[in-house]
Amino acid sequence: MAVIEGRPARGALLMARLTQASGTRSGALTIFVVRRILWMIPVVFFVILITFLLMHLAPGSPWDKAGGRQLSQVVVKNLNAKYGLDKPELQQFELYLWNVLHFDFGLSYQYEGKTVSSLIAQGLPYTATIGTLAFLLIVPVGVGLGVLAALRQNTRVDYATMGFASIAASFPNFVVGVLMVVVFSVVMYKATQGSFFLPAANFALDDHLIMPVITLSLLPIAYIARLTRASTLDTIRQDYVRTAWAKGLSERVVVVKHILKNALIPVVTTLGPEFAFLVTGSVIVETVFNIPGIGRSFVLAIDSRDYPMILGTTVLFSVVIAVANLLVDVAYVFIDPRVRLT
Amino acid sequence: MAAALLQVEDLHTQFYTSRGVVRAVDGVNFQIDAGETLGVVGESGCGKTMTALSILRLVPDPGKIVSGKILFRGKDVTKMDDDEIRDFRGNDVAMIFQDPMTSLNPVTKIGRQIEEAMTAHDRFTEHAAHDRVIELLTRVRVPAAASRVKDYPHQFSGGMRQRAMIAMGLSNEPALLIADEPTTALDVTVQAQIIQLMKQLNRELGTAMMLITHNMALVASLCQRIVVMYAGRVVEEGPVEQIFSNPQHPYTWSLLRSVPRVDEARKERLVSIRGLPPDLSNSPPGCKFHPRCPFVVDRCKQEEPELSGVGVNQVARCWVLMRNVKAADIEAAKQSSLSREAVENLKAPALGSSDKAGTIAGS
Amino acid sequence: MAVRAVAVAGEVDWEVPEKQIGLWTDAWQRFRRNRLAVLGAVVVIILVLIAFLSPVLQHFGILQNPIQEDVANIEVGPGQAGHLLGSDGLGRDTLSRLMFGSRISLSVGILVQAIILPIGLAIGLASGYFGGRVDNLLMRFTDIWYAFPDLLFVLVVVSVFSPSLLTIFGAIALVNWVGLARLVRGQVLSIKEKEFVEAARSSGSPPLKLVLKHLLPNSLGPIIVTVVFGIPNAIFLEAVLSFLGVGIQPPTPTWGQMVYDGYEAIYANPSAAVFPALAIGFTLLAFSFIGDGLRDALDPRMRR
Repeated sequence: MAVIEGRPARGALLMARLTQASGTRSGALTIFVVRRILWMIPVVFFVILITFLLMHLAPGSPWDKAGGRQLSQVVVKNLNAKYGLDKPELQQFELYLWNVLHFDFGLSYQYEGKTVSSLIAQGLPYTATIGTLAFLLIVPVGVGLGVLAALRQNTRVDYATMGFASIAASFPNFVVGVLMVVVFSVVMYKATQGSFFLPAANFALDDHLIMPVITLSLLPIAYIARLTRASTLDTIRQDYVRTAWAKGLSERVVVVKHILKNALIPVVTTLGPEFAFLVTGSVIVETVFNIPGIGRSFVLAIDSRDYPMILGTTVLFSVVIAVANLLVDVAYVFIDPRVRLT
Repeated sequence: MAAALLQVEDLHTQFYTSRGVVRAVDGVNFQIDAGETLGVVGESGCGKTMTALSILRLVPDPGKIVSGKILFRGKDVTKMDDDEIRDFRGNDVAMIFQDPMTSLNPVTKIGRQIEEAMTAHDRFTEHAAHDRVIELLTRVRVPAAASRVKDYPHQFSGGMRQRAMIAMGLSNEPALLIADEPTTALDVTVQAQIIQLMKQLNRELGTAMMLITHNMALVASLCQRIVVMYAGRVVEEGPVEQIFSNPQHPYTWSLLRSVPRVDEARKERLVSIRGLPPDLSNSPPGCKFHPRCPFVVDRCKQEEPELSGVGVNQVARCWVLMRNVKAADIEAAKQSSLSREAVENLKAPALGSSDKAGTIAGS
Repeated sequence: MAVRAVAVAGEVDWEVPEKQIGLWTDAWQRFRRNRLAVLGAVVVIILVLIAFLSPVLQHFGILQNPIQEDVANIEVGPGQAGHLLGSDGLGRDTLSRLMFGSRISLSVGILVQAIILPIGLAIGLASGYFGGRVDNLLMRFTDIWYAFPDLLFVLVVVSVFSPSLLTIFGAIALVNWVGLARLVRGQVLSIKEKEFVEAARSSGSPPLKLVLKHLLPNSLGPIIVTVVFGIPNAIFLEAVLSFLGVGIQPPTPTWGQMVYDGYEAIYANPSAAVFPALAIGFTLLAFSFIGDGLRDALDPRMRR
């Protein structure tokens, strides 16, 4: 290192350090992670901004109950003052941002005196349980089916799984949910005179979970199965798999260490969007099965124009999805050594 | 006389496609002795790679070995069960492939990939394998082998990747190494290095080698005997010097003519073999080469010749044979397929004189 | 390349290649051979016919009035009281509501894509063609836009403004244009990199026309596939909106709404929910078969 006269400018030293760090992979990795985290900020900000704007562009005021009586001017004025709606828009936005950073999403319009945060916290365990179960189901089942179909290409197993996947991928959550309820609750109830059926509403840590979790996971399973199959088929044809066989490796080693290790890489990248799907899917599934989670609260908030609730939930969902995508991107860098970090 | 290391007897490998049955290997016979280097040459699609893959029973779907024997030290490879074949691959016979970039697992470290070849056959412990990898890489002249083992294939240059593949192939000290176009995907300068390396290894280790290539120069450097294949069949076979100086099959002759040679006067024109290789699901009757042969006679179009002896240890599959072709015909064939007039027109016209306006096409 | 024997003046010539067939003919042939895709196409055609003919059929009395309530026959099962597929909670005929509902679903699906097409094309073209800061800005914008979960956005928009057909179109279109824009941008970029564009530019010909001229034939395939795949997505979003109560309001029938209504009385009269649910599912399935078929048919790598 050359001797530098006097003190170097701060920025120059930082640049030098960064360049040096980016030379090593662990250094570059840290930089990458930091950059990705910083990238989340404008994204979330944008989401908050857009949602906020929409809320405030809405015609009418939040106190117009559909079909209800008009509240008196005085009452409206007081309500506006109480919820800070009488201040200029920009100020409201700034205030909101500030509060969000402190995890304060304001008071709900629907439920007197309850904060949005508390309502979210209330619904969180339900949504989280179902979401986690669904996720735990999706990955092994989806990947398993895809690999199975690929290894048994063009046999009945392949056609059956892919046929199922095609259909499952096309039927929306609520359609699947409703149909499942009809078959497993209504029909079964009638057929067995009420002795055996699956419960279709409310939450409990028993067979109440079966239908919601399956409904939520069906589409991602189908999607991942198809992707895994395509990726595996592609990988099997690669030259390096042939090399692996030529080395005399056992079938298990070839399938796991050579085929799957490569084939699953694109599947990992899809986990981020799949997670996002679980989040939005929970809205529908909780409505169908009457589960008191965040998703259902969201729908109720929309029905009753509970703006803070809508805003808060949207922000939460977006942050969660952004974090999930971040984790997936970082994981991808670990999995695929060919990825360039600079 | 000791039995051959590898003996391929009447091998037939076919592919069942929607277009019909493709006879990729159509009755091939040859043998390789211990320590010998055999060159297998021919155009793309003539069946040389499929023959090699058949030896290791790696023929991809929808192909399969239909009949014939592949005897390795007397044991028939086509009849081995799963355990035996796994033991055989990478251990008794190893194969290295054409494109080292795609032939190496991109997400596994090179060192691991080579170790894997060794530990799979229970000949080395993990620890011993790890040490041996460094030794092997050094032997194939990969610099700084000890740190290079932790690299991924994309971090190696093309030449180094091929060296790593060679190291991988030799790691279990196979009796036979099959090299499928080992230098085709490399730069010319790197090619020379690899050839040098292979020569040296062959001297040091005494490994028999089956070198598959369409590069006659490579054959000249490395091989003792050569097998020429066309349309899934052997059309000529013999010692390298003999074949090079006195090829009997017109196809061999054409192949040699299409390669520039240092020992010939510069004015000899290079001849490319006109036409394309035949469709192996629908090949011509009679001799498979007859549509492209410069010396074809009527019999060639009707009856397919058998392999017949044409010299010491040399056989060829031809009714005519080069030694029976008149010198005048040979000279005529040496001209390219363009007519004399067309050749004249290829020369740049002198500025101003354009009375010789002709077209290039036409023969 | 298949080699066929061609008789040439008495001699067999073993090297004549088959005629190359055009991309579109080839694509059509491949599509036709894909039985699922053809099945999907048939279903969609039937749906379109139903959509157009429903009012006509109603006029001629073949189909019942979809919004007419029949208090005497609430929630009857299929085949009863003159209702072929039963009736809903207000006695309205399920079959006719189903058939009229197809009008909404199909129009949302197709019209939204029609809105997106010019927007996506324009933005993608601008982004790819101008490059530089314009491109950067647009790409950042689309990145951020992607991060917004589309269902949430649509829900919020539609609930905040009144749930009219226009709002729904707009909201769904807003969520869906990004994919097309990115695709077009990618295509423009790859064309720009081709040498003949460089050459043309140096000789002074207007590059925009050149880009357009080469853009269309090459990228028409992927664009078509993207647009076709967007249709079921739009139909799905509309159905979800209706199901959650923020879609097209009754009495205009839409399938999502019918599922919602039927769900309330699911134990008493499951068929009221089942039929629209199946309609949604199978329509989406049909479109995805078509999309898959088109994608395979237009894939240049699979040409023989």
